[in-house]
Amino acid sequence: MSIIKTDHVSYDYIRHDEEGNIEGKTRAVSDVSLNVEPGQFIAILGHNGSGKSTLAKHINALLLPTEGTVFVDGNDTAKEENLWEVRQSAGMVFQNPDNQIIGQVVEEDVGFGPENMGVPTKEIWERVEESLKAVGMYAYRKHSPNKLSGGQKQRVSIAGVLAMHPKCIVLDEPTAMLDPNGRKEVIRAARALNDVEGVTVILITHYMEEVIYADQVFVMDEGKVVLQGTPREVFSKVELLKQLRLDVPQVTLLAYELQKAGLGLPDGILTAEELTEELDKLRKR
Amino acid sequence: MALKLEHVSYIYGADTNLAIRALDDICLEIPDGQFIGLIGHTGSGKSTLVQHLNGLIEPTEGVITYDGRNIWEKDYPKKELRSNVGLVFQYPEHQLFEVDVFADVCFGPKNLGLSKAEIEERAKKALELVGLSEEFYHQSPFELSGGQKRRVAIAGVLAMQPKILVLDEPTAGLDPKGRDEILGQIAHLQKETGISVVLVSHSMEDVANYVDRIIVMNHGKVLFDDAPKEVFKHVKELEEVGLAAPQVTYILHQLKKCGFDVDTQATTIKEARDTILKAMKEGRTC
Repeated sequence: MSIIKTDHVSYDYIRHDEEGNIEGKTRAVSDVSLNVEPGQFIAILGHNGSGKSTLAKHINALLLPTEGTVFVDGNDTAKEENLWEVRQSAGMVFQNPDNQIIGQVVEEDVGFGPENMGVPTKEIWERVEESLKAVGMYAYRKHSPNKLSGGQKQRVSIAGVLAMHPKCIVLDEPTAMLDPNGRKEVIRAARALNDVEGVTVILITHYMEEVIYADQVFVMDEGKVVLQGTPREVFSKVELLKQLRLDVPQVTLLAYELQKAGLGLPDGILTAEELTEELDKLRKR
Repeated sequence: MALKLEHVSYIYGADTNLAIRALDDICLEIPDGQFIGLIGHTGSGKSTLVQHLNGLIEPTEGVITYDGRNIWEKDYPKKELRSNVGLVFQYPEHQLFEVDVFADVCFGPKNLGLSKAEIEERAKKALELVGLSEEFYHQSPFELSGGQKRRVAIAGVLAMQPKILVLDEPTAGLDPKGRDEILGQIAHLQKETGISVVLVSHSMEDVANYVDRIIVMNHGKVLFDDAPKEVFKHVKELEEVGLAAPQVTYILHQLKKCGFDVDTQATTIKEARDTILKAMKEGRTC
């Protein structure tokens, strides 16, 4: 059974005037049907305003579809009695680390989620410990979150979600405000969750390099999924991605330029190692 | 009209026992007409430095001069300094507030006590420089896309006609096309107007593609201050301070290791392509 299934989901943002009458509608998500299997690492790409964040907010019932249905671990998110279960199954991490940390001490912040779920105290501490270890922040458990770097704060946010034992984590541009090191830390933590803990990860990002290890990539434009496939399949379409205001990883772009200049390289090269190997083959020919 | 920092240090909470030295003996000069990239990891002192450039904070030690005059001497016209050195903060679109785009851009020059005609002319010119046409003038700034909002905010600072424009992470949170558009426009207006631009960024690719000079900050000190090619030679040191070289640099190092005769100093895709093509050609003949 898929962990997340959206069935012809559409969502309208409705604008009201001062009297509360409907002034206009903007369709942010339009007829999206997708399936995510447990344990997958999924990436969603799309330019500003393409509807990725709106779609993401459907996954833990922050928004309910105007049309269609969203199932999280088999539960329909539109049914109120499923709300707790849905939010427990799918956790969410947002862009700005400063907006989602509330505790005075790192370990208290991480314990906040399970505490609200009514987890027994002893187990809360166990969960806090394992979550902080999973994101590599255990050494900072007694620190004040205010004094951490952006990447560290974001990893604490992820630990906070992880402590609720979700089956799936949605990361909505978690690295947009971070420096290169912070970005690496967060992506490494996300991949470790996926590899080691088997948590399903849905990563929304503008950084093409962060996507190359994903199992599936969905590209959104005007609220629709316009392209989907493995990173290699998606990044083979350099021109189409550019039309969609996106990009490809620098290695892929370089390989594409070399291809255009006449070198017989295959499509969709994703790493420096691959490029070296392919150039080596050409050299020996 | 250069801005000069001589042995500038800044200490947060200087008279408390939690004093933190955010800037440590900085010596820099920002001459006319240069495109400068300022990089450093979070907490390296970049933002503190930027706030010194237009006199928002006073250095604990050292002297800052603009056009030869100490900006912290008594009677120095700070207002003039702040229109000469324009600062665009991170997420500047959060500072938009007017009813339409045009009014928002007019706000700055209006405070300079200029005539209405001159204010409007400046606003038009500024909007033109960031590539927003007349159809946007009377739209609400809040109904624009992220990239457009940001351009309005930059135009608001440009309308002050600064000699030095400082942009703190102008591309954060934008999609790749939005990133290229904003940076392209900044590079264009830098050439067009001949002003100096200081670009604070985390993206080595952006910096490598556009700037003439890179200043690397670490622990409140200037670690490197040189042309991009020179700075990116220090891949190891950059990594040690939480930064990185542009990705093509890594690709070229990898190729070199495997025996390709490429120039590892290339920092842009185009340069990398050319050096690889050259190496491949030569490789075949021998």
